[in-house]
Amino acid sequence: MKLWILTSLTGVVLVLIIAEMLRRRKLKEKYAALWMVTGLLIIPLGFFPRGLDSVAETVGVRSGVSFILFLSVVFLFMVCLQLSWEVGHLEEETRTLAEEIALIRGTSKQASSDPVPPVTAAAVASSAPNPSETGAAS
Amino acid sequence: MIDGKRVLIILPAWMEAEGVAEVIKEVRATLPGADTVVVDDGSPDATSQVALGAGADVLRLPYNLGVGGAMRLGYRYAADNNYDVAIQVDADGQHDPRCVPQLLEKLEHADLVIGARFAGEGDYTVRGPRKWAMTVLATVLSRMARTKLTDVTSGFRACNRDLICQFARTYPMEYLGDTVESTVSAIRAGYSVRQVPVAMRERIAGTPSQSPLRAMMYLLRIGLILVVALGRKVDMQRPSVTTGR
Repeated sequence: MKLWILTSLTGVVLVLIIAEMLRRRKLKEKYAALWMVTGLLIIPLGFFPRGLDSVAETVGVRSGVSFILFLSVVFLFMVCLQLSWEVGHLEEETRTLAEEIALIRGTSKQASSDPVPPVTAAAVASSAPNPSETGAAS
Repeated sequence: MIDGKRVLIILPAWMEAEGVAEVIKEVRATLPGADTVVVDDGSPDATSQVALGAGADVLRLPYNLGVGGAMRLGYRYAADNNYDVAIQVDADGQHDPRCVPQLLEKLEHADLVIGARFAGEGDYTVRGPRKWAMTVLATVLSRMARTKLTDVTSGFRACNRDLICQFARTYPMEYLGDTVESTVSAIRAGYSVRQVPVAMRERIAGTPSQSPLRAMMYLLRIGLILVVALGRKVDMQRPSVTTGR
């Protein structure tokens, strides 16, 4: 029976990845709690994959390992759902920003009454304040 | 100004550089009292420049949002600039601006007026799955609105100040959601929707997309959109003040 070696190693690696990503600020704080709790649950279950056998038995699942499998599928499903929601939310935000940009650009265009060509990278660079000028002014 | 009302014609346009100038000129000639705004839905071609050259105001989206996205911007513009009536007209020239006065007249007794293509005028016909989709839509929506609505997917529509403000906030962006879902939400929020028959013309430029597979997909999507639109929580609320109709 070498199951615990596989599960514990996987658990440790996952927790290390989570910890490192948190440390490098690659995960937002609002997700940090979720992943910390996930990590803390993974470690003991990795070392004792049969630890949930009794709990599994009471809810009608024969083996603790399949119970964990079931829980992880539910968990992943919920994470996916949350991410879909988040993407929709972000889309709505960028849509609003796009509208604002179009409105601002529209009004400035009318003020100058000249057809303004679409903004190009070169135009942005040339219209940016010259660093030496701002330095001299201050 | 038309009959004391500030009227805005919104033309959502994507890749219409060829035809848009002609449409704008026609709209301005037939409706001198109305203002025209073209919402360029992130076209890579010269649509905005052409539209500006033809004398319309232009709002240019930085990237493509779809007709619904373009229309919410149009309604926002109408709301910000205090227009009393906003009329959506396709920039491909299939809607005849000479029908606009009929829409305006009907708007005296309704909040949203749809220019319907199958109500007797013109010779616009469809067949197969596309027709079934139209029939299902027409039946369900007519029953909901307690009036005859035969062509809710029409993009030729006029609405009053109340709905401009609602649409400025909540106009759906999904494919077909712009016409079907917006109409369903308006009805469910208690707004009155009516239709007037209009004749459709050949598009000035561009080709209509019709193939059996596409028509079938269209039917499925219409079904899905209808179910979603009917099941969704109503996100607009008609003000309780009665406007005497």
